[in-house]
Amino acid sequence: MRYLPLDASDREAMLARIGVPDISALFADIPADKRIEGLLDMPLAKSEMAVEREMAAIAGRSLAAGSVPFFLGAGAYRRHIPATVDHLIQRSEFLTSYTPYQPEIAQGTLQVLFEFQTQVAALTGMEVANASMYDGSTACGEAMLMAHRLTRRGRAVISGGLHPQYADVCATLARMAGDAIVRLPPDLTASEDIAAAIDGATSCVIVQSPDFFGNPRDLAPIAAAAHAHGALVIAVFTDPVALGALRSPGEMDADIAVGEGQGIGNALSFGGPYLGLFATRARNVRQMPGRLAGETVDAAGRRSFVLTLSTREQHIRRDKATSNICTNSGLCALAFSIHLTLLGAAGLRRLANVNHANAVRLAERLAAIPGVEVVNSHFFNEFTLRTPRPAAALIEALAERGVIGGLPVSRLLPGAGLDDCIVVASTETNSEDDRAAFARALADCLG
Amino acid sequence: MSQIRYTKEHEYVRVEGGEGVVGITEYAQQQLGDVVFAEAPPIGKALKRGDPAAVVESVKAASDVFAPVAGEVVAVNSEVESTPGLINEDALGRGWLFRIKLADPAELGALMDESAYADYLKTLG
Repeated sequence: MRYLPLDASDREAMLARIGVPDISALFADIPADKRIEGLLDMPLAKSEMAVEREMAAIAGRSLAAGSVPFFLGAGAYRRHIPATVDHLIQRSEFLTSYTPYQPEIAQGTLQVLFEFQTQVAALTGMEVANASMYDGSTACGEAMLMAHRLTRRGRAVISGGLHPQYADVCATLARMAGDAIVRLPPDLTASEDIAAAIDGATSCVIVQSPDFFGNPRDLAPIAAAAHAHGALVIAVFTDPVALGALRSPGEMDADIAVGEGQGIGNALSFGGPYLGLFATRARNVRQMPGRLAGETVDAAGRRSFVLTLSTREQHIRRDKATSNICTNSGLCALAFSIHLTLLGAAGLRRLANVNHANAVRLAERLAAIPGVEVVNSHFFNEFTLRTPRPAAALIEALAERGVIGGLPVSRLLPGAGLDDCIVVASTETNSEDDRAAFARALADCLG
Repeated sequence: MSQIRYTKEHEYVRVEGGEGVVGITEYAQQQLGDVVFAEAPPIGKALKRGDPAAVVESVKAASDVFAPVAGEVVAVNSEVESTPGLINEDALGRGWLFRIKLADPAELGALMDESAYADYLKTLG
């Protein structure tokens, strides 16, 4: 049997059939500068030992989060994850199972999802949560589309405090759906007037708290303004631990709460897989995307679990489904649930307090350096520094001194006039030594 | 005097003046089983004949309800949205879904009357 069954004439026939001139036309959606033309510049063969040696040398050039003082956040957070979490999620019943397509036979999986949903609903102050989405940004985009279905309007107002990558995902989905978005300019100090941007055509306002720059926001007045116009409020968070210290989206009258769940139970892992959290009011559940585990009783009256309201989903509703998502981040959700269960309510509050206290100590140290200013009047565990030199170069200089000092805002918001700003995060993993090393290195760079 | 017409997809339209009251038939509700959700179209929406207009969902399936005739939606049955079981209890009465202002009454001629629909059901076994 031939291993490569297609020849040039097969390819030409297939391209002609679908009406494109050549194979490169199929990749038109990928920007040209993101494509690799020709072959990668790699040697054809090396011994296994030589490859290992070379890869180890390349890896050695990285500053790994766990090996240096690390203050990078902006949507992903380094946490201490108890060993129990890793031990339990590696049980093969959990590790090897895929999203249940014959759900009721997988009672353990469904129970895990049910417990997870219960935790997410409690954490966000909402009535119902789904079994998770892919990550915080896609959960945010799905929430926007859900608001469009609920309000039958197609214009979302996006706060200038929303994580820029979340806003980009919303913009992409809105473009594909033929909807409009109003993206307010980057809002360093939480001083934007969101209410003024809401009118009778607005489907929803998307507001992050704490926002991208670290400012906690009171959503209640925004919710009042939105609801007066028949619009919904989507509350976004990028670190679930913040909900251990701040008022929940539900308490502040949000309609949908979405966020990134990585910060509980899940490692940084170079950016994924992560865990989208998604919760809403019970009255909106029909328009919610994603899987939903429910509790019921079996024929013998025993407590059991089912996937419920599946008629919203793609495998039944096809093109009219609430979402294209037909799965969830099951293992990441399990890790989240185990970690949160180990913490308990009191433990989560204590963890949040430690995060905040560490961030306050760090901010005090850094603000004492001449020329360095902490922009925020309030923050949880993340704040923005204004520095007397361009931030991007400063972060490189800090890295040369063995400190990962945060995210230069210009990296995600180039041209926004915030080139002297760094978003700095602190978690329970940062020690007094880490803070001293950061302050020393920063003073050294600026000296 | 109202007249009632049926589609092969088991919608009915009961003509009252220049308006039509639309719902699903007794046969359709029996096939669906317990209806747990009904969603009517937005008031003011202009529908072409055959457009998906409403959704009826049972414990077994979710079904689109298509516009039997063209026209503008002038009223929806909010009672059936909050109590979908009305469709099972009284499909042709209190279980109606929406009311449409007929764009072209001549379209009714393409639909089945009561006896034609009864014959049609017999062919379905």
